[in-house]
Amino acid sequence: MDVIEINRLSKRYGQVRALDEVSLSVGRGELFGLIGPDGAGKTTLFRLLTTLISPDSGAATVEGLDIVHGYRRIRELVGYMPGRFSLYPDLTVEENLNFFAALFGTHVQDAYDLVAPIYRQIEPFKNRRAGKLSGGMKQKLALSCALIHRPSVLFLDEPTTGVDAVSRSEFWDMLAGLKAKDITMLVSTPYMDEAQRCDRIALCNEGRILGIDTPAGIVSRFDSRLYAVSAGNMFTLLQATRTFEGVDACYPFGSTHHIVAGGNFDAAALDGHLKADGLQDVRIAPCMPTIEDVFIKLMQR
Amino acid sequence: MKETAISIRELTKRFGDFTAVDRISFDVYKGEIFGFLGANGAGKTTAMRMLCGLSFPTSGSGTVAGFDVMREGEMIKRHIGYMSQRFSLYDDLTVMENIRLFAGIYNLTPYRTRRRAVELLSRLNFLGERHTLVGALPLGWKQKLAFSIATLHSPEIVFLDEPTGGVDPITRRQFWELIYEEANRGTTVFVTTHYMDEAEYCARVSIMVDGEVRALDTPAALKRQFATDSMDGVFRTIARGAKRAE
Repeated sequence: MDVIEINRLSKRYGQVRALDEVSLSVGRGELFGLIGPDGAGKTTLFRLLTTLISPDSGAATVEGLDIVHGYRRIRELVGYMPGRFSLYPDLTVEENLNFFAALFGTHVQDAYDLVAPIYRQIEPFKNRRAGKLSGGMKQKLALSCALIHRPSVLFLDEPTTGVDAVSRSEFWDMLAGLKAKDITMLVSTPYMDEAQRCDRIALCNEGRILGIDTPAGIVSRFDSRLYAVSAGNMFTLLQATRTFEGVDACYPFGSTHHIVAGGNFDAAALDGHLKADGLQDVRIAPCMPTIEDVFIKLMQR
Repeated sequence: MKETAISIRELTKRFGDFTAVDRISFDVYKGEIFGFLGANGAGKTTAMRMLCGLSFPTSGSGTVAGFDVMREGEMIKRHIGYMSQRFSLYDDLTVMENIRLFAGIYNLTPYRTRRRAVELLSRLNFLGERHTLVGALPLGWKQKLAFSIATLHSPEIVFLDEPTGGVDPITRRQFWELIYEEANRGTTVFVTTHYMDEAEYCARVSIMVDGEVRALDTPAALKRQFATDSMDGVFRTIARGAKRAE
């Protein structure tokens, strides 16, 4: 049996289908990513799996325990880092950690080997109030507190949102360290580039799952030819390319625009067309799809 | 010489003995999309507050939309637009009520309010939604509407503070097309983001670390300078040296 098993789980808030018949499973020691924008249902799924709310229909188990009937035991086994900072701002770093240890009937020393690689980075500030910490430090304290009772499963809801690119990458390094200790993790993120750090990912949008696979497996699902195009004026280029025959879609992608090519797309003809339109420095070349390209394509279906 | 929308020299902000922004100097040209990047805690928010006339600099000099940042904060506020991810519109007002509210704040005449409302809403294909509560709109629509309302009073400069956080990849791109169009109409766009691919959409980008502007150039020139093929690479190289953690 997998550590997390979810079978057609649904949850509504009034008219809004926050989660619509979602099914997935996460194996022991897996680092599983929920990738999707706000409103995808990521937080609702976390709140269901951590037994904070009950589903309208469907079922799920965590460590073999039903999320409705086994909630007491589940709460002892899992760690949860909510998207919004939920520690006590008027307690110090050390007091927060001791408090969460006490809640679970344990001591900081008992989990110190697990927490240390993360906690050591903020230990110099242990007497500072949590509310006065920087975003990156708050994140590390929250993760330490979520680990204090040695959970076997860790739920992390958008731990890197609003954090700069360097701190984000450091946070994923910490998760890799926990994975090495056999902790099963479900992590959500709106940043597509973070998908690469997961063993498997689910692409989520508006309460539904668009696809589940390894990052490489997701990318291999992209079944059209893809080109990168650039020119002196990128905005004019976008409009000129979109209306060209054989272009299924054209959208900005970093320093280039990506073209999803239809069956009758002719790169050389587009090159001529753009130059005739007065565009300078036109470059068109085939390129490899990314997870974001797949996401865009699946959203349009 | 290009006309400037923002021109600042040695702009500094101290809180007690902490120097949040340390002698930053740059020009932003009229109609330019200027990316304002930085590590967490680098001083971006403090710098932006000074440029928006919300906070007076401790020292330095400069102008925003032609007004003095040291003395004319109130005038600056009237000539700029501002939108952030955290706060944009009132959920319990309809689309049109939000427009009227902000039009009132910016002192637009009823005639101009109606004209601008029709102009902005038809551009967004939103006319049919004008009596819908903003709270009932999908996040992506809200953000696009918030951007349009930030330009309701036809400001010379619009400041966007992480406008696309949490937005899906399609809406994020539609949002950037709105930014391009607005810049093409001559509005200056000053934008912060954590998405490094969005840094590529800017004409020029500055990167702040520890209160200072450490790099400022076109994305292409920055990539050449730091010998990397992406803005992500540029950002990492510069931000790794950060001493300050917010």
